Amino acid sequence: MSDTSEQVPAAGNGLLDRRWFLKSGGALAGATLLTAKAGAAREPWTSVPGTGMSESGPPSRYENHLKRVNVGSQPGTTGAGSSRTPLEHLDGIITPSRLHFERHHSGIPDIDPDRHRLVIHGLVDRPLKFSVEALSRYPTVSRIQFLECSGNSGAMIAPEPVQGPASQMHGLVSASEWGGVPLSALLDDVGIRPEARWVIAGGADAAMMSRSVPLDKILDDAIVALYQNGEPLRPSNGYPVRLFLPGWEGNMCVKWLRTLKLTDRPAMTKDETSKYSDLRDDGIAELFTFPMGVKSLITSPSPGLSLGAAGVYQVSGIAWSGGGRIRRVEVSADGGRSWADAALDEHVLPKCLTRFRSPWRWNGGPAVLMSRAIDESGSVQPTRAAVLEGRASNSFYHVNGIQAWQVGADGEVRNVYV
Amino acid sequence: MFMSRWIMAVSIGLAYARLCDAQSPMLGEPVSEAELADIDYVVLPDGRGLPSGSGTAAEGKDVYEQHCLACHGASGADGINDRLVGGHGTIDTARPEKTVGSYWPYATTLFDYIRRAMPYQTPGSLSADEVYGLTAYVLFLNDIVDENERLNADTLPAVKMPNRENFVWGYEPK
Repeated sequence: MSDTSEQVPAAGNGLLDRRWFLKSGGALAGATLLTAKAGAAREPWTSVPGTGMSESGPPSRYENHLKRVNVGSQPGTTGAGSSRTPLEHLDGIITPSRLHFERHHSGIPDIDPDRHRLVIHGLVDRPLKFSVEALSRYPTVSRIQFLECSGNSGAMIAPEPVQGPASQMHGLVSASEWGGVPLSALLDDVGIRPEARWVIAGGADAAMMSRSVPLDKILDDAIVALYQNGEPLRPSNGYPVRLFLPGWEGNMCVKWLRTLKLTDRPAMTKDETSKYSDLRDDGIAELFTFPMGVKSLITSPSPGLSLGAAGVYQVSGIAWSGGGRIRRVEVSADGGRSWADAALDEHVLPKCLTRFRSPWRWNGGPAVLMSRAIDESGSVQPTRAAVLEGRASNSFYHVNGIQAWQVGADGEVRNVYV
Repeated sequence: MFMSRWIMAVSIGLAYARLCDAQSPMLGEPVSEAELADIDYVVLPDGRGLPSGSGTAAEGKDVYEQHCLACHGASGADGINDRLVGGHGTIDTARPEKTVGSYWPYATTLFDYIRRAMPYQTPGSLSADEVYGLTAYVLFLNDIVDENERLNADTLPAVKMPNRENFVWGYEPK
């Protein structure tokens, strides 16, 4: 399909220079066109009129595998649990709203927006309540950013590699265009008292989920989100209003946001103490480890997406960091002995998923694929071993280690520790 | 020259402040004390936000057996859901077992969480006395309070959790 002389090696075991995409693009497109013209008879779908318009467009019936995975709840409950984004079946950087991961603590409330109020109170000059309609009349901003549960990739702490699709281990991250009102504008309205340092956010779900958020973060870039990917939030993402804290633990981005209380100290809620704290192996636990670390993941190939015949493949994945933009992603095909720079897609946004791609000539033999992200602050994605260093054996939050995929001679892909 | 620049800066500052004021549509409505009392569930570790009322472990036992036992087990350590009791002394070992007694740093958190979210099927159905009683019972099962120790807005914040000193902050607000 393309001239092999243009396949400039960039690292060991077949990784090619990222510019190969630019060189080969024309040849690939030409080949596709020729194949289409060569068909002699009309396919059935070109021989009869298609179905008509509809009020909402479902995916193709041939894409029925595009579903959230690991949908499960705690025993005795139907709504305390999570579901994960099928990362290995998606491309680009935006997660379709219907496939955004979920983590709920007492199910999805059925909130009547006309009866919902956001109340801001505590250490303020004048407590105020805002209707959803009122919030929608404030100047709105757009944030195209990731949201990640800090328990994402927690399976990497297992002593032996867990086998399953990439989404099973890493699918608690998604990215959306979030639209909403900067919280700083609403806090101007209520007037912040000088002694305020924290904001306790509370949800209108049956668990009244609550987290303490530093006031400086709230004033920096927090929004109360009303829109996700251009439409009102889905109920599973906090309809009609949620807190969104760019780059920070998903658990803090309280859904179905009902109260914001300004205080001089954190509330030490159940989630921020007993759950989202990071226990070390010396028995000391760290509270308030808010930003999500720099991270990347190869989504294709990955377990379940096996390779066919030897040849050139596109290694593709996502990279993100709570510290800002992704500056660089490196890919290895030899278990980390050598690395090549991956090509980044056009949209490299701060605190957002960034899509990377590397051309790879698979020789049909064993290989270990890995990716390593570096963000604009210079933070480098750590190895799995470095992430586990000093951790308690069951401490699974904020796991951002490098994921390695082993490709067998049969083309099957498996989770492996290197 | 210096003065005029200074005056200009102040003028621009004032104009900007007015612009910001003008930009906010100011669509928030006042909230009454009664409304705040209904929606404010925040309890701080020093006890601010705790309601009046009280309870003891002896009083909380019945409430526990009626509302909590199905998920958390008779002993608080043998249920299908989160283990509430035990694990003492395991937090710095190779197999840490996090329970209310072994891990949670503040007793107020227990009251706060029960009042917000429990019982799972009927949150909000318990009285403040019942929540104090349940809190006392779970602490009693962990050998942290005595069976007849009365917990209320004054005594609950004074309960010292065994693992309190083993937490550090990963973030200091600016």
